[in-house]
Amino acid sequence: MSDFFNSGWSNYITLVSLVGIVWCIWLLASQRKAKVIHTADGAVADTGHVWDGDLRELNNPLPRWWAWMFLLSCIFALVYLVLFPGLGSFPGVAGYTTDGALMSSMTEANDELKPVYAKYVKMDIEEVAADPKAREMGQRLFLNSCAQCHGSDAGGAKGFPNLTDGDWLYGGSPENIKTTLINGRNGVMPAYGHLETAQIVDLANYVRSLSGLPADDAKVARGAELFKSNCVACHGVDGKGNIALGAPNLTDKTWLYGGSEATIVETLTKGRMAMMPSQDKVLSPEKIHLLTAYVWGLSNNKTAAAK
Amino acid sequence: MSNHSPIGKPIPIDVIEESLYEIRRKIYPRSVSGLFARWRLILVFATQLLFYGLPWISWNDRQAVLFDLIQRKFYIFGLVLWPQDVIYLTLLLILSALALFLFTAIAGRLFCGYACPQTVYTEIFMWIERKVEGDRFARIRLDGEEWPWGIRKWRLKITKHFLWLLIAFWTGFTFIGYFTPIETLGAAFLHLSLGPWQTFWLCFYSFATWGNAGFMREQVCKYMCPYARFQSVMVDKDTFLVTYDKVRGEPRGSRNKSADHATLGLGDCVDCSICVQVCPTGIDIRDGLQYMCIGCGACIDACDQVMEKVDYPKGLIRYTTERAIEEKETNQSAIRHILRPRVLIYIAFITVLTSAFLISLVTRNPLRVDVMRDRGALAREVDGVRIENIYRIQIMNASENNMNVQLKASGLSDLRILNSQGELVTEIAVGPASNLLIPVKVSTTVGAHEPGNYPIHFDVIGREVSGSELITRTRDEKSSFIIPR
Repeated sequence: MSDFFNSGWSNYITLVSLVGIVWCIWLLASQRKAKVIHTADGAVADTGHVWDGDLRELNNPLPRWWAWMFLLSCIFALVYLVLFPGLGSFPGVAGYTTDGALMSSMTEANDELKPVYAKYVKMDIEEVAADPKAREMGQRLFLNSCAQCHGSDAGGAKGFPNLTDGDWLYGGSPENIKTTLINGRNGVMPAYGHLETAQIVDLANYVRSLSGLPADDAKVARGAELFKSNCVACHGVDGKGNIALGAPNLTDKTWLYGGSEATIVETLTKGRMAMMPSQDKVLSPEKIHLLTAYVWGLSNNKTAAAK
Repeated sequence: MSNHSPIGKPIPIDVIEESLYEIRRKIYPRSVSGLFARWRLILVFATQLLFYGLPWISWNDRQAVLFDLIQRKFYIFGLVLWPQDVIYLTLLLILSALALFLFTAIAGRLFCGYACPQTVYTEIFMWIERKVEGDRFARIRLDGEEWPWGIRKWRLKITKHFLWLLIAFWTGFTFIGYFTPIETLGAAFLHLSLGPWQTFWLCFYSFATWGNAGFMREQVCKYMCPYARFQSVMVDKDTFLVTYDKVRGEPRGSRNKSADHATLGLGDCVDCSICVQVCPTGIDIRDGLQYMCIGCGACIDACDQVMEKVDYPKGLIRYTTERAIEEKETNQSAIRHILRPRVLIYIAFITVLTSAFLISLVTRNPLRVDVMRDRGALAREVDGVRIENIYRIQIMNASENNMNVQLKASGLSDLRILNSQGELVTEIAVGPASNLLIPVKVSTTVGAHEPGNYPIHFDVIGREVSGSELITRTRDEKSSFIIPR
């Protein structure tokens, strides 16, 4: 609760707050009356204070209700400080925290939306993906929560997969996508910096040849040997990857970080760390359901007309 | 201020310890008739006809004036304002302020006296009070000691409050009717199915009307209102104000109608105190200008009637300026001072701003477009053939007609716009008073341009279908296109 670096601050702030309120009440009470001079010419009574020879302080009394409101404000302040945080690190007896308020209003908002999602939660992903209204909602969720990395069109960026091309690191079934969303993913390409630079170039050429990109034949031949001893564990003998590990297919011309020789050399030398954050704590299950359908539909809904 | 003798300090006769807080003395204004009372009546009717009437007018199958906070659209007859149009609200507020400055500079607290809701509702409530309980003296007697609480007193008080609450409720109801369609609101009220917030605001505004116009009255002007404070300091020597002509009136005193008051050494003021009795803030205007005066002119009407009765010229209390009183000028010459630099500057400002306001309203483009570049993905190469940049395009159609929108991009060679499904974007239909957000990919040929950041334009052409005619609306939005290394 307390964000002060020592309890002295907390006590100091508590004291200042309370003394301030008490001082306000004392001020109101002590200034109830004043000596007022009545003059022979029947003018408005004044306090005898004169400035600049002709500026006199008159007694134009405040209305009584104003004084009551002032006092009530002071009492309100005291009650508030007992109930809510305000007196240094005293948490208040009402048990209010901003964090709790946020959580409860989020729960409330999600509960309010439950009926909107209710009919979709009961449907299969394929069905939801075919529903234009659900796609609209899915797109809005996507633009809010996913587009920062994957792009507004879900086409990805360097290091962030394209979600529209039917090529999946961890598999493209609705269940796989949902798992990805709920738990997140950690993709690791280990670094092979211990190999000779020439060997890495050979490997890169072999990898390019897998997807039919132009490569140096001699290097490709040498690289094939290196591939067998270093890479097949994850990428498979044929380089087709492994969705259980999220190891990319190296034969399909889809590159997460780029397919130029230089980029592949960089990937091999330094390795890559990729992270899909878990959405479990961020989005409600209903929203994850809808997002799964939207993402699945991006590459499977060829019939779905674009918005 | 007023009764301070310039000779020096007044002679103290008594020093009393007095309270600095006082219980409010209830004010019983006497009814008044005359020129200014009639003007106030006209303004009460005009403002209230507008306020109570507007929500019931229809336009294009909807309420003509509706401030839809949930949809964030303000409908004002043929105009639909969106949050993006907040500049109009700003201009309107600035214009209102300038108009207030202008009126105050010319004739003091005109707004307070004739058009302020506080004055207007107090006026309506006092009219009911007079009809039910009688005029000033009857009311004073009714509230006084000699009228114990009995059948009649209860009957009068209950009748008065019932009528007050009725008007207060109707006022609150009308006010809410500007924010939710008033006909559905009425139906919901009759079925007792109002939402919690509607109920709260309905009660709040009804209670506020009843409290302010029934009980607080002049207290609002004296202690709460900020406009009262700054209007009080915006008057100068040439401002027309409700003024008691001290030179003509003093020394005051009662006299026989037949007596020649010049020989009695008296001024024109017969000290009948009618001006004090009619004053809604309970002040004595004969003490000179004071901050509680709301400039309603009730004392002018009352005093003129008395002057007529005793055959003195009217205008002992009148609208006049400090300079005119000091220099014994006629009002004709005081009127010549109205167009002084300050007033001319206000008028110039108002003219310029009003023109700007109207011109921009008339030429307002109901097609709005926002282009937002994706920040995460700067650019990508597709199949080694094209370079793609990603944008979100928000198209808003602020008109009340359907609009067909075409998108083009220019600024680089061979720019194509595709939607997220990879289809060419041709025509997009945007419904009336609605908006669309579409993510698009804009692409150009690889190698056609050096790496770098290029400005591009989105040329948006909307065809608004208004009845049988097409209105073309265009927007040109700038953005940037990045060619990666």
